[in-house]
Amino acid sequence: MSKPHKRIFMAAGYNTVSMGTGRSEFNPKKARPGLEHYFNEAAQGTLKQIGGAKKVDECVVGNFMASRFNKQAHLGGFFPMVDPDLQFKPAIRVEGACASGGLALVTSIKNVLAGTADVSLTVGIEVQNTVKAIYGADILAGAGWFQKRKNGHAYFFPGQFSDRAGAYYEKYGMDYARKGMGRWFRNAMENARLCPTAQEYENKTEDLEALYNKLKPNGAGFVDNLNVLDCSKVSDGASSIVVCTEEGLKRCGIPKNEAVEILAWAHKVRNITEDPPDPTEVLTIKKAALAALEDAGITIHDLGTIETHDCFSIAGVLATEALGFAEKGKGAQFVAEGNTARNGKIPMNTTGGLIGWGHPTGGTGVHMAVTVWEQLTGKAGAAQITIHPDKPYGLSINMGGDDVTVVAIVYKRGE
Amino acid sequence: MVYSEKLQNVTVLGAAGKMGSGILLLTAVEMADLSLKPENKGKAFVLNAMDVSKEGLAGLMLYLRTQVQKIAEKKTVALRKFYADRADLIENEEIINQYIFDVMNIVRPTTRVESAYDSTLVFEAVSENRALKVKLLSQIDQNNPEKPWFFTNTSSVPIHLIDEEANLGGRVLGFHFYNPPAVQKLVELIVTGKTNTEMIEFANIYAKNLGKVVVPANDFAGFIGNGHFMRDALHGIHTVEKLAKDMPFVEAVYAVNRVSQDFLIRPMGIFQLIDYVGIDVVSFIMGVMNPFLPDEDLHSALLDRMIGLGVKGGQFSDGSQKDGFLKYEKGKSTAIYDPATQTYVAISALKEKCDKFLGDPPASLIAWKAAVKVKDKDQTFGKIFADMKAMNTKGAMLAVEYGNKSNAIGKKLVSDHVAHNEADVNTVLLTGFFHAYGPVNGYF
Repeated sequence: MSKPHKRIFMAAGYNTVSMGTGRSEFNPKKARPGLEHYFNEAAQGTLKQIGGAKKVDECVVGNFMASRFNKQAHLGGFFPMVDPDLQFKPAIRVEGACASGGLALVTSIKNVLAGTADVSLTVGIEVQNTVKAIYGADILAGAGWFQKRKNGHAYFFPGQFSDRAGAYYEKYGMDYARKGMGRWFRNAMENARLCPTAQEYENKTEDLEALYNKLKPNGAGFVDNLNVLDCSKVSDGASSIVVCTEEGLKRCGIPKNEAVEILAWAHKVRNITEDPPDPTEVLTIKKAALAALEDAGITIHDLGTIETHDCFSIAGVLATEALGFAEKGKGAQFVAEGNTARNGKIPMNTTGGLIGWGHPTGGTGVHMAVTVWEQLTGKAGAAQITIHPDKPYGLSINMGGDDVTVVAIVYKRGE
Repeated sequence: MVYSEKLQNVTVLGAAGKMGSGILLLTAVEMADLSLKPENKGKAFVLNAMDVSKEGLAGLMLYLRTQVQKIAEKKTVALRKFYADRADLIENEEIINQYIFDVMNIVRPTTRVESAYDSTLVFEAVSENRALKVKLLSQIDQNNPEKPWFFTNTSSVPIHLIDEEANLGGRVLGFHFYNPPAVQKLVELIVTGKTNTEMIEFANIYAKNLGKVVVPANDFAGFIGNGHFMRDALHGIHTVEKLAKDMPFVEAVYAVNRVSQDFLIRPMGIFQLIDYVGIDVVSFIMGVMNPFLPDEDLHSALLDRMIGLGVKGGQFSDGSQKDGFLKYEKGKSTAIYDPATQTYVAISALKEKCDKFLGDPPASLIAWKAAVKVKDKDQTFGKIFADMKAMNTKGAMLAVEYGNKSNAIGKKLVSDHVAHNEADVNTVLLTGFFHAYGPVNGYF
């Protein structure tokens, strides 16, 4: 069951900056803020909007690998650090690779539905720039099956999605596919430039697709079928939001139209020890997204905006096919024609997504919810898109591993 | 000649020095890569890192470990294939650490020259002292039954003299790396009429495997690199001496250093480059070359004076710059040495006045960083220097004079048969000195 038996809302979202290459203040050789800093900033950002920590009943944090990136587990223990009023309240950390943030939201939704909380503070966080990318690749490979690590690529996950891209090229043509992937990259950068917290906010490249086309994939130094612009960022960052009942929303003094209502969600998991049955399809995304839409009683044509998990540009293209915006093999064309751009048929990843805004892995699911909340309640600033009254719904799709764990959530502005 | 056999037992003499440490690093990595090939499994590869300084050797091992780690991190994709049959090595970090171990495991630090008595290949990178080089190579050759090949990194001593004086029977060639060897792409290869042909073949394969660009130079003191640099430096020094008749010495140094960097679009000003190489090293190399140049006097009283005052430039073991003509703070020049008062004068105190004296460079001028990426060199630099020639500011005139001198030096290296052709001269300056354009050009 993913259709709630009582009304659930999300509100008071907050994103820290997504820190890493691209931000002018980022210097890998100098000491940087750590896990505690981002945790504090994000959670405080939400607490300020709800009138303080006394309003919170339970806390959930989504995080993937602080145990390795930061040698720190037990993240639930950081909530009382944020505010003494959180001392002795229930707090838990959940993990599902890059879907950890989505799982934190699901856990908060369940807290609320179980009746143990009217206000569940939800944080997603990852601080990854503690190690060089080549070692970060080891850590992130934990999102796959470790038995496959030995024969995997040095950059394990780029390797996995390079294989998917390679299969797509083989079926539909490389040049054709890369037109769509290049446009996806361009959209990501153009959207990120409108969002001050985005890692690529300061991006100034004039002809983004020309830059993309110049960088040919090169397996000798990286992976066979992707260039670095096809990939999401290595990021430090956190996001925070509250999941509430109607009662909880009242307690926080937040009017419904400043919140989004969760109409449905779906959480699907595929067998991690098996390869995807068809590398040109993201089946778990398809099952989760379609289930959530069905439970919400809407179709893709009712959606005004989507945040989808573009850890790699090919994943963005495949998502358009999984959702049914394009037939199999036509996703690249759908994207290349500008349909997913901010002024296109279905604006996707309106603040840059994982490639443009950034991908603090365990935080991404929560960042997606915050972005959809901003867009549907008119709080997206320069990145604001127009939400047409006949398409009032938002959808987020948060993926862990190679299409293994997926959380899809359907939102609508509160009424 | 089996390539890997020649690299099974190697010695680097002067391994803890500026050049030796880089040569050791590159050779250690090449030997480790060979040792990891399936056909070489079980064979022992030994690289003796010989130096007289115990402290230097301790620092060398630290340098080596840090550098090998960086190399391993860059080639992890390939390393995963090298270690594909090692089930115990799964993560990148495990593979990188194993590789560091495998490289370090080849290297034997030693202060004893006797270690070279078993080597089939000996790299010589001791100080630029002909008698010392001859003594060491001769001693090793007399005690080594392997008939070893000798690669000397000399930047100035003619190879045929080393060959004759150490009685090596043609088993020596010049393999001149540029500083720092791990980074600089250029190697000058100097052979004589007697050089063993197998050795030459090996040297070319070895250079290629190290990713180096080989420029052949004739066996003439200083070869191409120093043949240009020493004369180019002397021109800068003489220009300062001329200017200093009408202006303070420190201002003249500032002016010439700025002209040779900014106006000529080079990575460093000439006095910064002299400091980088070491004032004493520059003077020493001039001393080695001078006896072979009957029509020239490659010598500078100013350099002698600086050395006499203990101001020598060069680098600290961590690679940071020692003070010389210029004083350096965090890698940037901040003051200029005045030998008369034996003090440094802050650049901030004279910059404005000197810049006014030089005048502005042409508006078309671009910075060196952008210049090295220029594709249509003739068009870009042709325009910049044509603009400069049309100006009558002091800076523009000094720059044009400097450019013409550099051009003449380059051409003379060819007419003196030091370089085979003008393209080789330009390659040396482009790859060994990171110039944005070659000295032999039509811009001036």
